[in-house]
Amino acid sequence: MMNRIAPFALLALAVALYFALPYNLAFLTRILIMAVLVLSLDLVLGFAGIATLGQAAFYGAGAYAAGLFAIHAWADPIAGLVVAGVAGAVLAFISGLIVLRAHGLTLIMLTIAVAAICHEIANKARDVTGGADGLRGIRMEPVLGLFEFDFVGQTGFWYALAVLAAVFTFLTLLTRAPFGLSLRGIHESPERMAAIGTSVYWRRVAAYTLGGAIAGVAGALSAQVTQLVSLESFSFTLSAEALIMLILGGTGRLYGAVLGTLVFMFVHHWAAANDPFNWLFVIGALVLAVVFFLPRGLVAVPTALKRLGGQNAGS
Amino acid sequence: MTLFLNILVDGVAYGMILFMISVGLSVTMGLMRVVNLAHGGFALLGGTFAHWFAAELGLPFWPALVLAVALTVALSLPLERVIYRRIYGFTDLQQVLATIGLTFLMIASVNLWQGSSLLPVPLLEGLKASVDLGFRTLPAHRLMVIAAGLAVVLGLWWLLERTRFGIRLRAAVDNRGTASAHGINTDRIFMAAFGLGAGLAALGGVLGAEILPIDAYYPLRYMVLFLIVVAVGGMGSIAGSFLAAIGLGLLETAARYLAPDFATILFFALVMALLALRPNGLIVRAQ
Amino acid sequence: MQGLEVRGLSKKFGGLTVSENIDFDLKPGDRKALIGPNGAGKSTFSNLVTGILPPSSGTIRFDGVDIGKLNEAQRVKRGIAKTFQITTLFRDLTVRENLRLPILERQGRGFAMFRRADGNGETEAEVAALIDAFALEPLADKRVADLAYGQQRLVELALTLALKPRVLILDEPAAGVPSSETHLIVQAIEALPPDLAVLIIEHDMDLVFRVAAQIVVLVQGRILTEGTPQEIAANAQVRDLYLGGHGHD
Repeated sequence: MMNRIAPFALLALAVALYFALPYNLAFLTRILIMAVLVLSLDLVLGFAGIATLGQAAFYGAGAYAAGLFAIHAWADPIAGLVVAGVAGAVLAFISGLIVLRAHGLTLIMLTIAVAAICHEIANKARDVTGGADGLRGIRMEPVLGLFEFDFVGQTGFWYALAVLAAVFTFLTLLTRAPFGLSLRGIHESPERMAAIGTSVYWRRVAAYTLGGAIAGVAGALSAQVTQLVSLESFSFTLSAEALIMLILGGTGRLYGAVLGTLVFMFVHHWAAANDPFNWLFVIGALVLAVVFFLPRGLVAVPTALKRLGGQNAGS
Repeated sequence: MTLFLNILVDGVAYGMILFMISVGLSVTMGLMRVVNLAHGGFALLGGTFAHWFAAELGLPFWPALVLAVALTVALSLPLERVIYRRIYGFTDLQQVLATIGLTFLMIASVNLWQGSSLLPVPLLEGLKASVDLGFRTLPAHRLMVIAAGLAVVLGLWWLLERTRFGIRLRAAVDNRGTASAHGINTDRIFMAAFGLGAGLAALGGVLGAEILPIDAYYPLRYMVLFLIVVAVGGMGSIAGSFLAAIGLGLLETAARYLAPDFATILFFALVMALLALRPNGLIVRAQ
Repeated sequence: MQGLEVRGLSKKFGGLTVSENIDFDLKPGDRKALIGPNGAGKSTFSNLVTGILPPSSGTIRFDGVDIGKLNEAQRVKRGIAKTFQITTLFRDLTVRENLRLPILERQGRGFAMFRRADGNGETEAEVAALIDAFALEPLADKRVADLAYGQQRLVELALTLALKPRVLILDEPAAGVPSSETHLIVQAIEALPPDLAVLIIEHDMDLVFRVAAQIVVLVQGRILTEGTPQEIAANAQVRDLYLGGHGHD
């Protein structure tokens, strides 16, 4: 039930927020972009069970690829998304070949290291990326040749929402397909998947590569809408925040990823607005609260409440 | 020759700092099987307390150092009790999250108390000088760090090989169930090991403040570095941590001297290659 | 020859020999049991046959082809499958999904991204047939984690059969199953396709004597003797070494 209703409820909420907060469209667009990134993480972590803290590597790769492509080649947004998706996929495939040979802590650490290397390369290649100043001078053509990016950010919002909806639909189909079922199988019992004749390693590399492509698309959205790419795209904090949003919402259910992003971003926005220096207190406490009291995320709240209600009724 | 000696001294000093900070992480990961991303936070706390005692309260360097380490240990014990003991049974991912949350709280606390600027620890006058070895001079601070590192290695060796605590700790690392069945109070061993690791991290943080400068974002900035030492050394192996720390210290220092523009990239690339070949680290404990 | 043909198979771990010069045949329709005291090398033998362990020497042929160099997944594709001692089922998936997975993999559809996993008629017919054969219909849409242990064993067996094996190795199929439910396992084994070659590794002598036509006794890595259940029961050496100590427990 929830799986069917929730996506449409979230879509309606996004449209409602557009009209409710017309002066905060940049912030709302940022939420949509982060939701795409967190969805990519849900595929890699929630479905394929690969614990990664380096999803920012592919987000950053996509952002720089889209930015550079727009500046030097063609400023068409859709073409930029495709280029960024390919860039994220290629980086994820190559690094995945190495990273996915490891397990547990070593795997987590290698994913952090990949993002750190990307960060350092972008920092050092100042001539190409602008280094610590960021990549500037991105001027996008209208979306589909029709919709000009405007200063208020209306086009940016609808564009990001459309991409988010497309990614969500793609992942919904993917997770219902045999490929998605096999990822869940690997998550549950990799030994058994090997025993039924599956190459677990290559299935994981495939999921990691797809996740990289989607994260790359998220990075491209950010580059195109804000017309800026900064080194922060590769930062550990971004990877960690994406992970927190996913766990907050609940893994393995796509709408959980979107819900977690929405709640996290609003909490972040509210905390940072009230006390810009101490929002880390709020985020830190939020993470601990989720781990200890809500390990299955917000999506599990209705079930937990129902169970609680059922127990009361029964006793 | 001079270049070689510089790399050697700086690299070994850097490695000693990495060892002091990481050895506790390695032991807690090997012993409690907890992925602790907040470990660098104890080095930050040590450095912050030392800065407070020395720069603000005007205490001399050594008392400030001792008090900072003691205070960090005193803070780490209740943390072990309240937070860590609850997450031992969690999955890797939940541990990662919980300790990221803890890291954020530590950063926010230091930020609230001391701000986000650099927190220098004033060195002893004597340590700023250079030591004349006859054929050349070396910075006294580096030599002190190396000496302190060696003292920690010897101290740990003595503690683990020659004391009852060490025997029990090793028994608990090898097999928690058996140790517990033999009447060893593993809860207290864990707590003591955790406190020891936190104290050593604080010591490394203060002594290494010249090399890894202290500010509120310290635990995030150097997180990968400390984790790499543990992963390369092999979890739970003290000898492995030492080898890895010295090796990585020399490697990164050499890279900084010889190819400053590509040092970080080179360092990470080599570490990735190493871990791709040996995913369980240099020294794998027999199961 | 048809079926499995093992000749001179040995396995050494360091200086320790755990399998020594084993000759063993398993033909279509066979119902053989492998018994022996703990540490006799029963699990090692099954791991050598399924490709989890490489042998130190000897040959393994299947339908006359040497399969000694193939890995586990490749041998599964040729038709050699094994149930697990401890269940490693997909606990969070339903029974139906547990059976669907191996069938999709066998059909080579595992990488399909734009079809529904439950949308293929051929696959679903196979799933339904298995559910029917093991009388799992009332449990089909429950999570495996919510099933009783004996029921999980049945799913385990059904999942392995979904691979359409021609050689089936049952590694302690009744381990951990309460005695009130062992009859379910016996029934399931008796209902296996008649032309399937079956090897049962089991501690429970009742079960072995009820389902096996031939029994192979393994002691310290070597085959001690082989025969019908009656011959084995009458063999004084076996009684001394094995049955005498443990009896019908």
